[in-house]
Amino acid sequence: MRPELTPSSTVGPYFGIALTPQELTHLVAEGAAGALALTGTVTDGEGKPVPEAMIEIWQADAAGSYQTAPLGEGGFTGFGRCHTNDDGSYRLVTVKPGVVPAPDGGTQAPHVNMAVFGAGLLKPLRTRVYFDDEPEANAADPVLATVDEERRSLLLARVDGDTARFDIRLQGEGETPFFDA
Amino acid sequence: MAETRDIIGYRRDHLEVDPPYLVPNYKSSRFRAPQQPLVSLKHTLSEVTGPVFGHRSVAKHEADLTTQHAAPPIGQRITLSGRVVDGDGRPVRNTLIEVWQANSAGRYTHKWDRYEAPLDPNFGGVGRCLTDDEGRYEFVTIKPGPYPFGNHHNAWRPAHIHFSVLGPAFVTRMVTQMFFPGDPLLVQDPVFNSVPGERARSRLICRFDLDATIPDWANAYIFDIVLRGRDTTPTER
Repeated sequence: MRPELTPSSTVGPYFGIALTPQELTHLVAEGAAGALALTGTVTDGEGKPVPEAMIEIWQADAAGSYQTAPLGEGGFTGFGRCHTNDDGSYRLVTVKPGVVPAPDGGTQAPHVNMAVFGAGLLKPLRTRVYFDDEPEANAADPVLATVDEERRSLLLARVDGDTARFDIRLQGEGETPFFDA
Repeated sequence: MAETRDIIGYRRDHLEVDPPYLVPNYKSSRFRAPQQPLVSLKHTLSEVTGPVFGHRSVAKHEADLTTQHAAPPIGQRITLSGRVVDGDGRPVRNTLIEVWQANSAGRYTHKWDRYEAPLDPNFGGVGRCLTDDEGRYEFVTIKPGPYPFGNHHNAWRPAHIHFSVLGPAFVTRMVTQMFFPGDPLLVQDPVFNSVPGERARSRLICRFDLDATIPDWANAYIFDIVLRGRDTTPTER
């Protein structure tokens, strides 16, 4: 007989004492070659900023590999975590991932896997961050293709130099597409 | 680019035990629950991989929340241990568990916590450890206190300890809360009661274990964690 799963619960408002130490916000050093700031604001169904939400990312390296270094031992881990500030903003420093394989033998466009946790969220909201400077790869991406066409642009970070802006709307107008993964 | 291979995804049975996003009795969920249906995502390499932990990631002393300061904290010392397994009962090895909690008076060290209960200079309320080859973990801590919160008139959070478990993949990542047996505050807690079904809720309550109790030192509680199991066949090509 299979053991029964443990239910999820909210991370609550006080996770910051434990889960978001400074070192996890930077997957690469500020200003390193190829460094990209992934930044944006989390807002709720009333359009209000959501402070003390937790953002986690998991991504391939610039070459498209998920074979990454153990945390705490130096090297690119592919894993990042931060909490939103009082104005709902977040900022992680990483690199743009490369293309990664798709199960059908093709490829997936460069993307960052993201999970949003917070008070009021009894389980994480999962999304993907794609990049608006990759129109060809995005057009061929098998996961983006499953998102309603009129909502796809909500999954594109706006790339401007060394910054990629990705806002997250939890509910309502412009709601970020979230995945059942 | 990594070589293309068959992807074995994770089962979706968590959908039957997890709370929904919108739980009207839980006030904070009202403006944070998405309204659009979730997009079903067939698992790819991105979903079935996850961060790796080395033995240097976590120091041994981080699992003892009672020895991180100049003196022992005030409160009832307990051991809290268990196993992390997947949905097929296989141990989840070398995975990071992070815990955080209020002190014995029900107060967190977080800047937002304004409850008029004393902070304890000898208790930070934060611990971490990696599971061993059998999926086992063990913390030493103190029993947290309950505290009021603004959900409704006279609302109280029952004593609980927050757990974060990374698991083997980004989709097995889980955050939850562990409660204590026999707590009279459980019935009025919208967070605990957001989990549908009494059976599933009961799995968030740890178990007192007299046999594991350390004489003249600490009571023992056991909390086992079950993460999603894997499909048996690859994602269809």
